[in-house]
Amino acid sequence: MSEKTPPLWLRIYTFLVYAYIYLPILILVIFSFNTQKLNIHWEGFTIAWYDKLFHDSQVLLATRNTLIVAIVSTLVATIIGTMAALALQRYRFRGYGLSETVLYVPVVIPEVVMGISLLAFFAMIKFTLGLVTITLSHIAFNIPFVALVVRARLHGFDKTIEEASMDLGANELITFWRVTLPTIMPGVLSGAMLAFTLSLDDYVITYFTAGPGSTTLPLRIYSMVRFAVTPEVNALSTIWILIVFILLFIGEYAPRRRT
Amino acid sequence: MEKQRHKYSLIKVLRENQAAQGLFLMSPTNIYLLIFIVFPLLLVAVLSFLARGSYGEVAYRFNLANYVRLFDTLYAKILAYSLGVGFGTTFISLLIGYPMAYYIARAPARNRSLLLFLILLPFWTNFIIRIYAWIMILRAEGFLNSFLQWTGIIQQPLNILYTPTAVLIGMVYEFLPFMVLPLYTSLEKIKDAQLEAAADLGAPPWKAFLRVTLPLSVPGMIAGTILVFIPAMGMFVVPDLMGGAKTILIGNLIRNQFLTARDWPFGAAASMILMLLTMAFTLYYTRKAGFGEELLV
Repeated sequence: MSEKTPPLWLRIYTFLVYAYIYLPILILVIFSFNTQKLNIHWEGFTIAWYDKLFHDSQVLLATRNTLIVAIVSTLVATIIGTMAALALQRYRFRGYGLSETVLYVPVVIPEVVMGISLLAFFAMIKFTLGLVTITLSHIAFNIPFVALVVRARLHGFDKTIEEASMDLGANELITFWRVTLPTIMPGVLSGAMLAFTLSLDDYVITYFTAGPGSTTLPLRIYSMVRFAVTPEVNALSTIWILIVFILLFIGEYAPRRRT
Repeated sequence: MEKQRHKYSLIKVLRENQAAQGLFLMSPTNIYLLIFIVFPLLLVAVLSFLARGSYGEVAYRFNLANYVRLFDTLYAKILAYSLGVGFGTTFISLLIGYPMAYYIARAPARNRSLLLFLILLPFWTNFIIRIYAWIMILRAEGFLNSFLQWTGIIQQPLNILYTPTAVLIGMVYEFLPFMVLPLYTSLEKIKDAQLEAAADLGAPPWKAFLRVTLPLSVPGMIAGTILVFIPAMGMFVVPDLMGGAKTILIGNLIRNQFLTARDWPFGAAASMILMLLTMAFTLYYTRKAGFGEELLV
């Protein structure tokens, strides 16, 4: 589309929508420093809630659990999903259409349905709910997202550089390792990033597949929000937001600088 | 020795046969999704035709009672209400998101990625945190009421939290980027020449918008509608935290049947209906417009 200056009302409107998006987060962050426990009016500045947070054993345990699930599920889903993306983008094989359809299923079914189906499944095979079941479930919903992202990036892949590599005497494995993989790496990394964030963020599926002692941060925040609205929740949220923002800025701007 | 030769032959097959390579790369995904997605969903389908035993266990009696029960007034109301919230969320997101996407698509090219990034940024944070932020704003002693009372517009605090309005506000906030991104993809593809042609033929800007821009952005609208409607229909966390006890959507119903009422077959039937509704919706619209790259944001 053209780059004409948009009318004034549209600019004001856009500004208002950005305000609508960011204002709640800003308020949340500011009130994490409030001394008032009920957190209704601004009373005074303190960082006591952050201190309390770092001594909250449940929050620390939940953080550990969340990271374990996110790291393991991202690693597994990225490898499997990248393989699927390569298969779908570059090969034709029996069951191609079916494989593609099945890959879309976790993306298009409502999360709650996926959650209860996994709960029913683990109950049926008598698998005790805990970190393992959460991780298995996260891998399941992450594979399609990784595959979709990597596949989109494979779209403009120039096959001649692989042929060149083979002509120069490299075998398939070396060609993949030295030519294909480095080329598709940005796509693989953004797929991994998406998987990691989806896993960190997930509440619904974790809720149905978690057992005693395997509480993750979203579950912990949920029960904190449910029972008491104290600045401690704001402090936890602020740290979370800060970490995500830093990760995203690295993800958004670091790869570009290199190329 | 025998094993060695077998391994060698597998590698040989993979080297020479393209189709085998594809299948080899695809099979981990196929096997994994078969076990953890397809089989559990089939299990839910079977479960929905069984009955609840007296202790909350599953009784193996084939019947259709669960589906019949979903049409009881109480549950039919929940279903209708969920559809209402789903469509409401989608419609409001479209209204808010369209001008936004239009603005970004017409912004200077160097600014576009930053503007999009700014829309997405907050949505990478945890969605329970985002709901919590709105609870702080909407509650009786929250910022909205404090502000309105301070300006003198209202004397008594408004009760917005724990009403359907609060649920809509929360849902739209959660799902807005899913609407803006595909709309942007559609709008960005429109060529200047197409609009110039309309102008050359004497169309005033508003008419060019209605006759050129709007129809060309239909794929984006459809993709956005699907991306918002599906999660909105199954959502139970927003109604839980912002809707109060009275706001029960089909997502809440399913959750309750599985975790508190322990009537899994009935919950499974409700899940099947939810799945059928969202699938019918998706199929109807994708048939109409075709799967575009808009869905692959």
